Amino acid sequence: MCSPFWWRSSGGSDYERYASFLNSLCDCGTIRSPVCGHHPKDEGFLFREERISLFQTYRDLFKLLHKGIVYSKSVSWLFKLAPLASLAASLIACAWLPFGGMTGLFSFTGGFLLIAYLFGAARFVTMLASLDTASAFEGMGANREALFAVFAEPALLLGFGAVIVAPGNSSLANAISVAQNTTFSDYGVVAALAAVSFFILALAENSRIPVDDPTTHLELTMIHEAMILDNSGPDLAFIEFASSLKLWFFYVLIADIILPLFHVGLVARICGTFLIVFVLAALTGIVESSMARLRLMKVPQFIGSAAAFAFIAILLKGIL
Amino acid sequence: MKLLETGNKISVADIPDRSYNDFRAELIDSCGGGKGARIVSLFALREGGNRLIAAVADDKAGTISVTSTLVDSTYPSLTPALPQVHLFERELFEADGLRPEGHPWLKSVRNPFATDFSRMGGDESHEVAVGPVHAGVIEPGHFRFQCYGENVEHLEISLGYQHRGIENAMVGGPDKRTVHLMETAAGDTSIGHSLAYARIFESMAGVMVPARAEALRAIALELERIANHVGDLGALAGDVGYLPTKSFCGRLRGDFLNITAELCGNRFGRNLVRPGGVAFDVSGDEALALAGRLKSLLAQADEAVELLWNTPSVLARFEHTGIVSRQDAIDVGLVGPAARACGLDMDSRSDHPTGMYRYTAIPVSTSLSGDVYARAMVRMLEYRRSARFILDTLASLPAGKTTAESKAPLASAMLAVFLVEGWRGEICHCAITSADGKFLRYKVTDPSFHNWFGLALALRGQQISDFPLCNKSFNLSYCGFDL
Repeated sequence: MCSPFWWRSSGGSDYERYASFLNSLCDCGTIRSPVCGHHPKDEGFLFREERISLFQTYRDLFKLLHKGIVYSKSVSWLFKLAPLASLAASLIACAWLPFGGMTGLFSFTGGFLLIAYLFGAARFVTMLASLDTASAFEGMGANREALFAVFAEPALLLGFGAVIVAPGNSSLANAISVAQNTTFSDYGVVAALAAVSFFILALAENSRIPVDDPTTHLELTMIHEAMILDNSGPDLAFIEFASSLKLWFFYVLIADIILPLFHVGLVARICGTFLIVFVLAALTGIVESSMARLRLMKVPQFIGSAAAFAFIAILLKGIL
Repeated sequence: MKLLETGNKISVADIPDRSYNDFRAELIDSCGGGKGARIVSLFALREGGNRLIAAVADDKAGTISVTSTLVDSTYPSLTPALPQVHLFERELFEADGLRPEGHPWLKSVRNPFATDFSRMGGDESHEVAVGPVHAGVIEPGHFRFQCYGENVEHLEISLGYQHRGIENAMVGGPDKRTVHLMETAAGDTSIGHSLAYARIFESMAGVMVPARAEALRAIALELERIANHVGDLGALAGDVGYLPTKSFCGRLRGDFLNITAELCGNRFGRNLVRPGGVAFDVSGDEALALAGRLKSLLAQADEAVELLWNTPSVLARFEHTGIVSRQDAIDVGLVGPAARACGLDMDSRSDHPTGMYRYTAIPVSTSLSGDVYARAMVRMLEYRRSARFILDTLASLPAGKTTAESKAPLASAMLAVFLVEGWRGEICHCAITSADGKFLRYKVTDPSFHNWFGLALALRGQQISDFPLCNKSFNLSYCGFDL
């Protein structure tokens, strides 16, 4: 009871918990660099002539943290608070994330619902802050973000439903330890469908092509970027770091779903997680380099397909 | 109306002087209701009363004719019957104070601080203002969208931020500045505008341009077209987030510009075209090297551009986006690739050929659907056909001098009109000299002047997020419009 984690519902040492959380903090930028690092040539992942450093995101963050902040005259305290609040929400959400068989920092029954709502809260404050600037572009961005969230959030919950609730578990860590006792034929299809669903969400939630184009300078086509046009300096660093965490979260989540099926040891699972995360990053790069953005009004259908995959996964879980 | 004589010129005394009603009837008769002719220039000569002069091009017959009338400070507007003159009349109102009575939209043309934007009523509509300062290194212009949700109901474009008074600066010329003014009328169309000016000068001064110079001019004009079309195809890819074509075409545009730089030392073709010929010659070895470079670049460009047509997600964005109907294109007088993408078979190079184009025909590239896809298709066809033309011309460069002596003064009291097909479309230059052979009036009409309204039409009922794509498919000039 003297451990700060007395409410835990599943096993795992405190060391593992800290390790998995620190991993999130340290590696999220590394994985983000090759995928979305700011490259002077703005070229796709496959078309870069020069290798981009894995630490580019950290360099960008370092640079931003040393800059001043410019606030518009029309903004209130809300705008100043939002970047920090959204970073805090994303950080806390990552504390639930298991990593390669190690449980997350926190873990309790129904924790995954909290994760969904923490990401929702991060989105909410960012939208409020963007409306606070009273800019036409930011309002348009918030409008689009709200619309797409309507489709993305049910998809996320359905995905959790497929891998956690439908198999009869109560928390993310629990689901993964239970999945270790299953086989491919039992759980493989469900895991694959859920992974596809989460991958689509990863693209959508992190403003990647085909949903959003983070390299564009065209305000009228932006979604997420339009909301943060007025942010600068450390505030922008917080936002960038929060989005790195979000990307990391989805990639690791997919790895967490797939890996237990292989019944390997802890070290292999940690290595496997890194491998899967890098494969997913490469896959994102390939998608980005090989297709155009969807027309904006088609985006809800694309995100809706994530919900469809998750829903099929739930149905199959019931049948199998 | 009177046809221009040899050399596209006519003595000012021979320009018909009609009553306003006859003038109006003549224009409506020749240009209204899809009769085939178009008004390429309409301006006022203020010497000796307000004289409206209209230049009419008949593309089928390949002729240009002029007519004129004296008007008071007000006159009944032609626009309701002939929408293609709407902007000319607004220009006359702004610059010369001639009020067209009954003009449906009498707003200033080049005053960016005019704020009388049309507004959509209702609680659920909203307005989005973009510019004049844009993200990215582009020219200034203000766009006002009237939106209902994501849909654009109306787009109003407000330009004039770069108005430099080029037409007024030309008056009293030609002098040392004149050719430089023309080269910078629209920076990416330096060859086009300087060529149109050179034609006016040569016609007025009676200079015979050597065949070799004409060949080199045509090569430069087509290189300008290739560089811009390839660059824009890449930019179109960038606007839909398709990175491979964007990256390759961005570099290739620079490579094509470098070929122009090898011709004359400037990537945008400055200092190349001069009245009487061209300022730089190419040796036989250089011509061979240029052809070789061009061939290898074309192979790369084809490869990069083909990707657009082989990628379903790109086609899904291009098709049915930003449609301008064929009838609208005729009514508002679109020119260039934007008009050809609506199925209009018009191209100054084949309809009103001058120089090299009299001997070598370039097929007119058209498409039918009038959307972004059609405009991209026309641009792809054009750059390929231009490339073939350049390779043919380089292989058989006429021998001889590259410049003719032009000491003769300009003809006095003469009007000359020339049409040059720049990469954006028809560039119309129209000059009138005074009794002492100096420019009394010099009227420049960049294709952008006709086409900006086409962009506004293309956006009706589109999603606001598709604006950058539609805009790039036209890629109009701000400074060419503002002059």
